Formats: sequence, structure tokens, C-alpha cells
Amino acid sequence: MSASDSLAETPPLGTPLPKRRQIFAAMLFALLALLPVAVALGLPPHWMTLVTRAMIFAIAALSLDLILGVGGLVSFGHAAFIGIGAYATGIMITEGQAEALLALPVILAACALFGAVTGAVSLRTRGVAFIMITLAFGQMVFFLAQALSAYGGDDGLTLYERSTLLGFDIFGDRTRFFYVVLAALAGCYALVSVIVASRFGRVLRAARENATRVSVTGFDVGRVRLIAYVISGMIAGLSGFFLANQTEFVSPAFMSWQRSGELIFMVVLGGTGSLHGAIVGAIGFLLAEDVLARWTEHWKAIFGPLIVLFVLFTRGGIAGLLGRLGGGRHG
Amino acid sequence: MTTSLLIVQVLNGLQLGVLLFLVAAGLTLVFGVMDFINLAHGVQYMLGAYLAVTFVALTGSFVLGLAMALAAALLIGLALEFLVFRHLYERDHLDQVLATFGLILLLNQGVKIVWGAAPLSVPVPEFLSGSVRLMDGILYPTYRFALIGAGLAVGGLLWFVVEKTRTGMLLRAGASNAPMVSALGVDIRRLFMIVFAFGTMLAGFAGAMAAPILSVEPGMGDTVLILAFVVIVVGGIGSIRGAFVGALIVGLVDTLGRSFMNDLLRLFMSAPSARAAGAALSSMLIYLVMAIVLFVRPEGLLPSKGRT
Repeated sequence: MSASDSLAETPPLGTPLPKRRQIFAAMLFALLALLPVAVALGLPPHWMTLVTRAMIFAIAALSLDLILGVGGLVSFGHAAFIGIGAYATGIMITEGQAEALLALPVILAACALFGAVTGAVSLRTRGVAFIMITLAFGQMVFFLAQALSAYGGDDGLTLYERSTLLGFDIFGDRTRFFYVVLAALAGCYALVSVIVASRFGRVLRAARENATRVSVTGFDVGRVRLIAYVISGMIAGLSGFFLANQTEFVSPAFMSWQRSGELIFMVVLGGTGSLHGAIVGAIGFLLAEDVLARWTEHWKAIFGPLIVLFVLFTRGGIAGLLGRLGGGRHG
Repeated sequence: MTTSLLIVQVLNGLQLGVLLFLVAAGLTLVFGVMDFINLAHGVQYMLGAYLAVTFVALTGSFVLGLAMALAAALLIGLALEFLVFRHLYERDHLDQVLATFGLILLLNQGVKIVWGAAPLSVPVPEFLSGSVRLMDGILYPTYRFALIGAGLAVGGLLWFVVEKTRTGMLLRAGASNAPMVSALGVDIRRLFMIVFAFGTMLAGFAGAMAAPILSVEPGMGDTVLILAFVVIVVGGIGSIRGAFVGALIVGLVDTLGRSFMNDLLRLFMSAPSARAAGAALSSMLIYLVMAIVLFVRPEGLLPSKGRT
């Protein structure tokens, strides 16, 4: 009944990332990079906005996969980091500071601090208690944002300009925004891949399989997990920065607990622990949401049962499915 | 004046605590015995409230409506158990969280489709509609007293069932080692179903009892669910006594924090900043309490003995 049951499909420790996975990721990014071309050739421009949004959530899902998939820690409060990133961006812009080079360090520091404090408390527990506590901390930030009446409170905060980089308007038009987010996503993917393949990542993965054995070997499991939790939170904060800039609006709803649940579903949908699965899952989730939401306002009544059926009848998510179709062991 | 306010707020805190206890007890019982984390427990509370709205309006009698709402909540709970939960007991917690999260999306939206998105209410029953005079100038609604009383009575009943009856003995045995209980010839599936039915009834009862004093709206279960998680974590997972203590702590801290944080902060700072900081701090207070408890005792205040 441990969390490792469904997570046991990752390659054995010590192996570098399989070639097939690198090729898949490269193809995925190449395909994404071609989207603006497709839009120029006549695909509705709505797609550009939608996929940009999907890639922003892919950054968050990717960061969650680091602790959930690789580390085996089911965090149900991950949306809080997105919210902190978005609010830091929004508050700085409202106060007249739109420079990204100033906003980003603030966001990363805020997320690191929140991650370090809440992580230190919640990582003292295991399993279900960890799920509940991360959920509670996420809710704490949600209520804090609701109480921030100087910055919109419950109604949220509208932003009248977007962040700039050294005064240059990086988010000015849709295509530019798209490529900035794509570059950020690719960068985060590379970073997380390197972390997972490193000695640190291997300890994190090993601790998921058997924490006692790893700690007896001489590693400080708690510290490794806390560092992974903080890194994961900082990357999620980055996605909050993009989200605030895209929607030009920040509200407590960004970090509602449903959002955290959706992030978990994105990761599981794509296949936990595979990293590219999180990206595929996030894009799949947002496309499905978009299609269903256009069709009926009650899309959640359809989406909910789909999640239930997905959990009951599939194992390993889309990445697992692709792996099985491609033959051989899923990795 | 402050004393009277304090008394009223303490009673309000108790009342919130009692409601939270009813929800948390079912949640912690199901988790303790079946190792099953049921996020949909909150929507079962919500269903209890909505069913009470319908049946009280239909029968014109609060007691009759309450009974029918409970029966209907139980039926829905058992149907969900049969269709979904039963297939999740053997899965890991991540699968359980996701599937029950899916159910929340469905039921929250389903409630909107059936009853509409606007908040509904249940009239306070005639025989409990007055107020009780506590002291000079302090009146407290009878219904809220009845709610506290009913919650405590259910808590007592729960204690009796778990500690003194054969079913309760099996429950406790199941909580410490379910495979062993099964090996000794007890139908574990039946036991699970009884536990689950019990939990559903408790959540539905809490929802139906809360309906006359809270607005009945979609998503009302989510707030309660998360508070119930805080209660369980503070009290110790799987422990009913822990849930009781945790619920009273959370209920009192939250209620008193919201009403007195302002005044407290005004001793140190100016009125406007005290108001802003008070609002922020009081909404975070229970989570801070939870963090402190966990920091000192990661297993919660009263962890159940059977679990490791």
C-alpha cells in the first residue's frame, strides 16, 4: 500500500536517462516550436494562447513531478507556489516595478523560503499526513491572499502592464511570449533532468523505494527531500511569474486546492517520474479542459468521472501507454 | 461586554468544533480501518445539507426531513462505495486521492445542476427556534445549543460503539491489522462497508445539522474537508479521541482568532494596520497551530495506538 506501488516503473538506479526518452523530449519541443508556424499558416490564433498557457502549467507539473514522481512525495499544495510567484509578480508590477530581473530573484527567494519552512514541517510526516499537511499549507496561502485587501483580496488584482527584461518588452506579442515560455520550459526540463540523473537525484529516487536503507547508507534523507521540495517550489514559482503575465491578472483562485489537485492529475496523466510525461499530461489536460469547457459549462461533471475512470482503468499514464505501444519496458 | 462576547464566541467555537468532529470522525475512522483517504468525504457532508434542504421542504418537518436526508445520504454513499471506492482500497494513496478528487469535481458540479448555484437554506425547526438567556443581555440561539448537544451525543455514541460493542472491537482490530482480522474469519469487506456507511452517515448528519445555520452552496464541503484534515493531523491520524480534541482546538482557535485577533493586535499597532494584519493572521491561525503541533509531535496530539 505504499506510494511506491504505481511508481515502480522507473529505470533501475544509476542508469542515465534512456536515449528513447531524450529523443521523445526533443521531438516534443520541436513540435511545440512549430506551432507559431502552424498559426501563421491558418491555425486559429486561439491555439497560441492555449498552448502557451499549457506550457506554463507544464513547468509547474514538471516541478511537481520532481517531488511526486521521482521523490514519491504526494504534495497537494503545489499551487501555492504558483500563487506566490504570481502574486510577487503582480504586487511588484502594481508598485511600479516591472523589471523581470528584479522580479525573478524575489519570486525565487519567496518560494524557496515558503518551501523551506513548510517543507521542514510537513516532511516530518509520511504518506497521508504529508498529503493533508501540504493541502493545509496551500490553503493557508490561499486565505492569506484573500485577506490581502491592499492587493485586491478575494477579487484579485488586475495588472496594467507586463514584465520587461532590461526594459525590453519580452512579453509584448503573442509569438514572442510563446517562445519565451517554450525556452523556459525547455530550460526547466533540462535542469530537472540533470538533477534527476545526478547523484542527488539518485538518492532522492532511492529514498522513495526504501528510505531506511538509504539513510543507513549514510545519506540524510530528510535533507535531500527538503532540498528537492524547495527546488520544486522555486520552479513552480517561475510558472506563476509567466501565468501572471499571461492573464494580466492575479487572484487567490490561482492557488485553490483544486488547482493543486489538477496539477497532480497532470503528472499522473502523463505518467509519474518520467518528466516528459508531466509536460504531455499538462498539455493534454489543458486541451481537454478547453474542448470540454467550450462544449458545456458543466464540463467538470464530465471531467470528474473521466479522472475516476482514468485512475481505475489505466496505469502509468500517457507516457506508459506510449511506452507500451513503442514496445519494451516503459521508461 | 467583552466577557459576554467571549462567552458567545466560545460557544460558537464549540459549535464549529462539534461539526468538524462529526466530519473528521468519519474521515479518520475510514482511514484508520481501511487505510483509505477519501477526499469525497467533504462532498458527502455537502450532500447531507442539500438533501436536508429538499426533504425538509418536502415533508415540512425538520426531524422527518433529517431522517430521510440521512437515509438518502447513506444510499448515495453506499452506491459510491460499490461503484468506485471498493476498487481503490488496494491501491496506493495517490490513486485514492486522484479518484476521489474526480468525484468531488463531479458532485460539486452535479449539485449545481440539480439544485442550482445559488445558496439555499433550511428554516430552523419551530421547536428549536428561540433563544436561551445565559446571563443578563446574552441570548444564544437554542438551535445552536441543540447542535452542540447533538454533536456531543453522537460523539458519546461513537465512543460507546467503538469501545464497548463487538462491532467496535472488530473495528479496532481492523485498524491495527486488517489482514489478520480477515484471516480469523471475519468478513472484512462487510466490515469495511459498515465502517464506510458509518462515516458517510456522520458526514451527512453534520451537513444536515449545519444546513439551518450555514448557507447551503456548492463547494461548502471543500472548506470543511480541509478543516477536517487539519483536525485529523492535529489530533493524530486514525484516532477518534484525537479527532475530538483536535476538532475542539481548531473550532475554538479559528472562531476566537477571527473575533479577537483585531483587538489583540491593536495593543501593538495602529487600527488600520491591525485590521489588515488581523484579517491575514486570523485566517492563517489554525494552520500555524497545526504547524506548531506537528513540529513538536509529528504524530499528532493523541495518535492511535495500533498504528505505527
